[in-house]
Amino acid sequence: MSNLPLDPLLLSVAAPLTLAVLIAVGLPKKIVVKLAYAAFAIPALVAVYLWSAFACAAKESHGYAFLTEYSTGLGGLGISLKLGLNGISLPLFVLAGVVGLAAGLYALQSTAERMKTYLLLLLVMQAGLMGTFASVDIFFYYFFHELALIPTFIMVGIWGGRDRSHAAMMMTIYLTVGAMLSLLGLVAIYAKSGAGSFDLLAIRDALSAHPLGEVTQKHIFGILLFGFGILVSLWPFHSWAPLGYGAAPSSAAMLHAGVLKKFGLYGLVQIALPLLPLGLLQWNHSMAALAAVGNVVVIGLVTMAQRDLKQMIGFSSVMHMGYAFLGLAVGSLLGVGGVVMLMVAHGLSVALLFLLSTSIHQRTNTFDMHQMGGLAQKAPVLAALFVTATFASVGLPGFANFWGELPIFVSLWGFSHCLTLVALSGTVVSAVYGLRAAARVFFGPQTEAFARFAASKPTVDITWGERIPALILIAALLFVGVWPRSLSTAIDQALARTPPSVVASR
Amino acid sequence: MDFTVLRDLAAGNTWWAIWPELGLGFLALFLLVLETVLPKSAHGKIPAISIAAQLGILAALLANFDRSHHEIFNGLLMQSPQGELMRVFFIVSSILVSVLGRVSLPGRGVPRVEFHHIVLVVAAAMMLLVQSRNFVMLFVALETVTVGLYILVSYYRSNPKTLEAGLKYLVMGALSSALLLFGIVLLYGVAGSAGLAGRTPAGMYFVGLAGFLEANPHNFMAAAGIVLVLSGIAFKIGAFPFQVWVPDVYQGAPTPVTAFLAVASKAAGFVVLLVLVTQVFTPYDWLVGPVLVFMSAATMLFGNLAALKQNNVKRLIGLSGVSHAGFILLAVASASQVPSAVGAVYFYLIVYLIASFAVFGVMTILAGPDDAQQDLSDYSGLAKKSPFLAGVLGCGLGSLAGIPPLAGFMGKLFVFIAAFKAGHYGLLAVAVVCVAISIYYYFGWIRSAYFSDEAAISPAIESRVAGGGTLVRVTLAVLAAASVILGFYQGPLGHLISR
Repeated sequence: MSNLPLDPLLLSVAAPLTLAVLIAVGLPKKIVVKLAYAAFAIPALVAVYLWSAFACAAKESHGYAFLTEYSTGLGGLGISLKLGLNGISLPLFVLAGVVGLAAGLYALQSTAERMKTYLLLLLVMQAGLMGTFASVDIFFYYFFHELALIPTFIMVGIWGGRDRSHAAMMMTIYLTVGAMLSLLGLVAIYAKSGAGSFDLLAIRDALSAHPLGEVTQKHIFGILLFGFGILVSLWPFHSWAPLGYGAAPSSAAMLHAGVLKKFGLYGLVQIALPLLPLGLLQWNHSMAALAAVGNVVVIGLVTMAQRDLKQMIGFSSVMHMGYAFLGLAVGSLLGVGGVVMLMVAHGLSVALLFLLSTSIHQRTNTFDMHQMGGLAQKAPVLAALFVTATFASVGLPGFANFWGELPIFVSLWGFSHCLTLVALSGTVVSAVYGLRAAARVFFGPQTEAFARFAASKPTVDITWGERIPALILIAALLFVGVWPRSLSTAIDQALARTPPSVVASR
Repeated sequence: MDFTVLRDLAAGNTWWAIWPELGLGFLALFLLVLETVLPKSAHGKIPAISIAAQLGILAALLANFDRSHHEIFNGLLMQSPQGELMRVFFIVSSILVSVLGRVSLPGRGVPRVEFHHIVLVVAAAMMLLVQSRNFVMLFVALETVTVGLYILVSYYRSNPKTLEAGLKYLVMGALSSALLLFGIVLLYGVAGSAGLAGRTPAGMYFVGLAGFLEANPHNFMAAAGIVLVLSGIAFKIGAFPFQVWVPDVYQGAPTPVTAFLAVASKAAGFVVLLVLVTQVFTPYDWLVGPVLVFMSAATMLFGNLAALKQNNVKRLIGLSGVSHAGFILLAVASASQVPSAVGAVYFYLIVYLIASFAVFGVMTILAGPDDAQQDLSDYSGLAKKSPFLAGVLGCGLGSLAGIPPLAGFMGKLFVFIAAFKAGHYGLLAVAVVCVAISIYYYFGWIRSAYFSDEAAISPAIESRVAGGGTLVRVTLAVLAAASVILGFYQGPLGHLISR
């Protein structure tokens, strides 16, 4: 990127971080709010620009474009801040930019207490997210993830809803264990690869010349699978997710469920799969079984039983992660490609659902779906948006989610007929709870409790402040849904480079 | 009579080489002189003079940072970059203890100048301790440190808890010194016994002993001596199974002294251990390796499990310090196979110093009339009353917990990398479990400072949050900033690790 005055990848990390530092040193609130629009918009614009430029950009090494490297004084350990994008990280980088913009806009229109601190944490999170997916160095990939993760705990603890202290603690412990295990796995790859560097490209070169033994691969893949699995709420390590998301403030939930949670899956696709192909073959059956039985069936049924709207969305996101693990277990070009598409699609749709559920809460003063009803008469636009979001989340053709789930199911058929049927039955379950929730909240007669609250405070339809972030997310879902090749070409190119031993065998 | 021997010996006594230690010693004496000379009204200035003079020595030390390796005092001491680094480390800790002492001492009815005097003497002795390459030198320096600490631990003598702590520390310290001495004597004796290959009269010198051990890698008496020496050091660093004194002593000692014990005294023990393990006991790796691995695992587990249920923050930080000793032992256990582990130990110690003093500083400011009684509940609502203190506490505890992007994370990462290279997979598994456990109690503390709005802060605590004075607040701000910056950019310290 020598033709540009400033490295856009670094800019996408630095812009939010700079404002966060400015807030910390005491910039007045009025200026902060104005600058915050820019700080959230810059990463999104950079992401969209790089997306459009990626196809024509020169691929320097291993399909990576826009590579730049900065020293941080740890050159001796093989750690340096190396940024770049390939076909797998590009979609997630775009996802982070778009969801970050929506979450930022939604936070700016909200009436959160201690707004400056709230924005500070959100900006740190945004910087971490952009950095996570732009990092080629696996140390910084982990480092930026943690940078984004810590504000989540604090935001749940301070601005969270019911049970926030307990939820914050549970999330912290679960996610720290997951992160420590992942770190251990990453250090294991570093130590065993012999590359003497955390640079993913150097490790790839070293391992393609001297692949690790089967037993080593099995052990490291196992550590990574469970470490990342906890972070992505692989059953039975999922219980932090519904509780945490149920308590988290909306923007934090949008960023965490929408983007940050994809860190683990991204790590498995980008790092574990190409570097430890034999490890995958050792673990894919147990992974598929856990995901199918646990995430899809058990959590699917649990989701149906939820009364709390936000918890339901939290559980549904756990369930959808099951599909992603199934696609990974297949390990084929089609399956893994579907996983990357699903990550993007799910990120957009779950962020949209969390956003709308908070808007619903402001109008009904409850998350209990049995206490709602008939909101569509008062807020028709909100109802339309929510139904759209539900359709997207269920995987209706025309939305991005469809292009994530379809390839996974098709590739799964070749892996196991039985699991395919289980997964397909899951889509029915998710349609049931999704549509039932929409019906309970918006249609049917008004409950007494809601009528009383509506009488005390007149219900207004969704405001433009809330509408714009929702529309951004819907536009992205539709864009990818109508034109999936805008992402899939890059994904295919990147995945075609992974060692043929995995891809060709299925 | 032939004086050439004496003359040669005298020529080896390069006094200028230990000018920082001499400087601290003279400063300590000078403080006592000032107390007798100055009028009583000016006594309040003496601690400030001490801090200013120490800053001067620190600046001079940094300006003349000596990267060379050479023996001084005929091999009693070794001048080395690591030794130089630890000199800086100890002088920084003594400055910080003096700063905290200035906050903690007034109003407790104890003499103030003597406190600063003893801190200086102990710091100078620690500097000599980590540079010593002779067991007699080591023991003398160690006793100077320990005797000074006996006094400091029981400094708030009107408090029964403090007296209890002082007594416990005295008994345990004497016991550990006895073990260490017994081990040294065994090693010296066996090294000099006729009939063994490589016997040497220079058994007190590390170099001489190392040569003897090289020639006799399976001698039972030497092995017993090594185990005893390791036990003596394990007492000092609070490693399992010699950690029992830690919670009581840490709770009872005045908070600045607790910080001194937790950071400087522990660091001195670790550096001595590191030197012995990597330079002297290497032929006995078959023995030292398993002992260190066991100690490391047990120390980590004990520290973390015992800290889980603590309500008193001084006990909590003491037990968490035990678990940190376990993490550092993990690096020490890797040091004989992986050279980069040595750098990891030093980096961890530095990070631990910065984070611990940040936490101890907040504790000192918030401590009430009963210094031993500081509970987690005292911290509830702190973030609302004093965002500054809560922020410093958050940085310190986050760094101790090893949460990125704070410096403590980098410390743990370097230790993990070293342990991985050395192949200590079992220990790594224990370490990961322990990190997860530690999150629970560190987070509990942070939760009580940040997230509890039900319980309002008590009026007594509220009156103290604004206290402390400018100096300690600036110090705390610097420590918190250092914890953050070292997490992002390790700079020259990064080269220390990678070498």
